[in-house]
Amino acid sequence: MLNIDSLEKGIVLDHIRAGSSMKIYDLLHLANLDCCVAVIKNAKSSKFGKKDIIKIEGTADIDLDVLGYIDHNITVNIIDDGKIIEKKQLVLPKILKNVIKCKNPRCITSVEEEIDHIFRLTDDSNQRYRCVYCEQEYQDKSEGTAG
Amino acid sequence: MRHLIDPLDLSVAEIGRLLDLADRIAENPKKYSQVCSGKKLATLFYEPSTRTRLSFEAAMLNMGGSVLGFSSADSSSASKGESVADTIRAVSCYADICAIRHPKEGAPLRASGYSGIPVINAGDGGHQHPTQTLTDLMTIRAKKHRLNHLTIGLCGDLKFGRTVHSLIKALSRYEDIRFILISPEELRVPDYIIDNVLKAQNIPYREVENIEDVISGLDILYMTRVQKERFFNEEDYIRLKDSYILTAAKMKNAKPDMAVLHPLPRVNEIALEVDGDPRAAYFDQVQNGVYVRMALMMTLLEVEHA
Repeated sequence: MLNIDSLEKGIVLDHIRAGSSMKIYDLLHLANLDCCVAVIKNAKSSKFGKKDIIKIEGTADIDLDVLGYIDHNITVNIIDDGKIIEKKQLVLPKILKNVIKCKNPRCITSVEEEIDHIFRLTDDSNQRYRCVYCEQEYQDKSEGTAG
Repeated sequence: MRHLIDPLDLSVAEIGRLLDLADRIAENPKKYSQVCSGKKLATLFYEPSTRTRLSFEAAMLNMGGSVLGFSSADSSSASKGESVADTIRAVSCYADICAIRHPKEGAPLRASGYSGIPVINAGDGGHQHPTQTLTDLMTIRAKKHRLNHLTIGLCGDLKFGRTVHSLIKALSRYEDIRFILISPEELRVPDYIIDNVLKAQNIPYREVENIEDVISGLDILYMTRVQKERFFNEEDYIRLKDSYILTAAKMKNAKPDMAVLHPLPRVNEIALEVDGDPRAAYFDQVQNGVYVRMALMMTLLEVEHA
């Protein structure tokens, strides 16, 4: 298994629920990065038994807020000079842009091309997001994610 | 630049000023006959509408302005696949203000993001219809002399009835409002209205199925059409549609000063015999709709009040 220390500078996403790393890889558009990205699946975890880890080398411009929507238990470690210099606390983002798609067939997003799918957090405690166009709640976090 | 996409885009104070202006217009329409001289209204109606489109057009013509536009998607570039965003960018070059009716929810919001002129939502799918709400508020205020301390019964298709959704949103900001939501199980108010408006603001409401059980306690009865096409099972429609025919017999149990509203068109949910009842206010709404749209366009165009 790779160590966090093996990164000189970058970001380590730790404690990803086992099996979720590729979804996060897609949501963060990591395939578009011109740097070294390591996806580690099914690593041993004392907390969860198994976990996934993603390591991103360098100073990539990544929308980490979206991770709060996916799983606020993910640990975000910012690495510099081979050391963890910051652990980011994840919170539910107020706005999700092009992360999930509205499933309401009556919504303008179902026909308009080049339209951003934008959801607003309307209920913190129940983690409810609603489409800004039609106000329909997004029901299923495991489906319909934008790439 | 201001748009009217959602009823909550206007504050309570702004609505008050707008209704005051509409009242002044109603008292003396001639005084406002040239306030929009040289202004052009574009009516972008992607789905059929008689009343709302004509109301907007009459409002602009009453103020000395002119109108242009289309009345179905087939007669616009939408039939060629043009986006709402592109259409509004072009229309912004031709007109000073636009009213948009679209079958897709959120289309006016989308348009407002690309528009160089004020956009008015003239109805988007089953979502919102804020100018009908201004009409309803003007009518309620005229009949009851207040917009607070009211028990409002909303009856019929509360799920897809955009006028109902907008009216609940708008009235939720007034003091001591309670709602009685009368509909079949299949056509109840959407959860975003229940959660974000009623529960979020702790507004009293009840969901019931029978109009007879509650009509005696209402200050306002807002009727809407139960739409046959919304039912999966025709038997359910047949079973329920007659529950919501307002008759003279049912009106006997209502308060003497209750007002009956309906956004129209009516099909069979209000018997013709009710039309002569002084509590029937649905044709007043039609006239008020013109005055309030005049007031709205004057406000959004920042036209000097005569």
